[in-house]
Amino acid sequence: MASATPTFYGYPRPDGTFGARNHVAVIPSVTCAGDVAQAVCRQVAGTVCYLHHQGCCQLPPDLERVTDTLISLGRSPNVGAVLIVSLGCEGTDHERMYEELSQTGKPVRRIGIQELGGTAPAIARGIEEARELVIAISAQRRVEAGIENLIMSIKCGASDTTSGMASNCVIGRVADRLVDLGATVVFGETTEFIGGEDLLARRAATPEVARRIYEIVDAMETRAKSVGCDMRRGQPTPGNIAGGLSSIEEKSLGAIVKSGTRPIQGVLDYPETAFGRTGLWIKDTPGREPEILTGMAATGAQLMCFSTGRGAPQGFPSMPVVKICGNPHTYRRMSGDMDVDAGRIIEGAATIDEVADETFDRILRVLSGELTKNEAISYTSSIDIHCLGPVI
Amino acid sequence: MSSEDRAGTTGRPIALKVADADNVATIFADGIARGTVVQVRDRSGAGPLLAARGDIPYGHKIALEDIAPGQTIVKYGESIGVASRAIAAGDYVHVHNLDSMRGRGDLERKEA
Repeated sequence: MASATPTFYGYPRPDGTFGARNHVAVIPSVTCAGDVAQAVCRQVAGTVCYLHHQGCCQLPPDLERVTDTLISLGRSPNVGAVLIVSLGCEGTDHERMYEELSQTGKPVRRIGIQELGGTAPAIARGIEEARELVIAISAQRRVEAGIENLIMSIKCGASDTTSGMASNCVIGRVADRLVDLGATVVFGETTEFIGGEDLLARRAATPEVARRIYEIVDAMETRAKSVGCDMRRGQPTPGNIAGGLSSIEEKSLGAIVKSGTRPIQGVLDYPETAFGRTGLWIKDTPGREPEILTGMAATGAQLMCFSTGRGAPQGFPSMPVVKICGNPHTYRRMSGDMDVDAGRIIEGAATIDEVADETFDRILRVLSGELTKNEAISYTSSIDIHCLGPVI
Repeated sequence: MSSEDRAGTTGRPIALKVADADNVATIFADGIARGTVVQVRDRSGAGPLLAARGDIPYGHKIALEDIAPGQTIVKYGESIGVASRAIAAGDYVHVHNLDSMRGRGDLERKEA
């Protein structure tokens, strides 16, 4: 292991962060603006689309949550410029989105579908705006940045029993190493704290953080129980069960291994960024991929380490997702989707430390521009915003 | 796991016991059937031989001791649920004989 502090090459942003990518984010302010945003992205190179399904006919706290989450997504270091696509009559606050994103110093434009006279004119105008933004940021250069500038998010999906014994152990070692180097690590999936919350609360930096951990787990479990059935098959999923996970408790105990062993500094609300925070943090999210990937990108994470056993293939529009596969059979079947083979630990062909070192090196390369498997094959559209109230 | 503590070095299928208090272990091998003898391995690398009492799929669990109905099933040193029926050492342990105790809206509805 090299003694010098690890570095990566990132795009310097006006707010002092460093991006691992340099995308123009096209952000529909509401689901009803999604088709225009998507048409613009199909036409203009270097754009990514946040094709979510929220933003109208929701209760005020959720509308604020959607607005805040979309702002946080635009603030991501991986986003170099933003085009907001508004319908004109949505429940979210597209004016506030424009104002707050403009304050980042990044180029920000906006178009309104109703104001421009409909779909076709809006697409035409959006293409022109996005083209200008893409060209404007295309000459930006990467510069060397210390690893302390990294916000890494972590997640496990399509888990089986190899996850808790191989791939999550690898991520845990990487998380500890990053925390010790002064970086920020964020994990979530509050549903998968159920049964493991005592272990997490013991690692809380303060009694208040421990109280928050119990509070978010109780809220998540209460929401699940309110339906009046056994949570099993919802969590753990049929795939988890086929992979040998018998209960949410077993899944949780394997899942939290990926958070490593360092103290937990606090709990972030779903739309919150982690800018200015260091160490290990929790973000309150469900376990399903589109919602947690979105929540983690909204944290400002430049990258995600994603552990899987059954084989989850998806990435995210603006955040590279490194897949670490704990099941050797799955790795052999789906190596086109998997970035790191942690199945070698199960087969006795490598140690956790060896695969953790390999993963760490891969993370530095991906931060500096190397594509992940899901980026290369454009399996990156998974996005949705987790809301708490009903659609009305 | 140290380099000398890698799975699969004895030739027998390995059943990995994560924590000392565990009463189940996880088998990462195919073809486990009634009578197959597995090598239980704990963190120190030691452990007894144990005969499976039925088919156990890859990545699934085997009981390390007899577990009475209602008794806690332990993995990672923590509860992963309770036995919903009598389990004998060597039995396959999964959703057919392990009940989760969390997220049970069905139980609260009955109590209400």
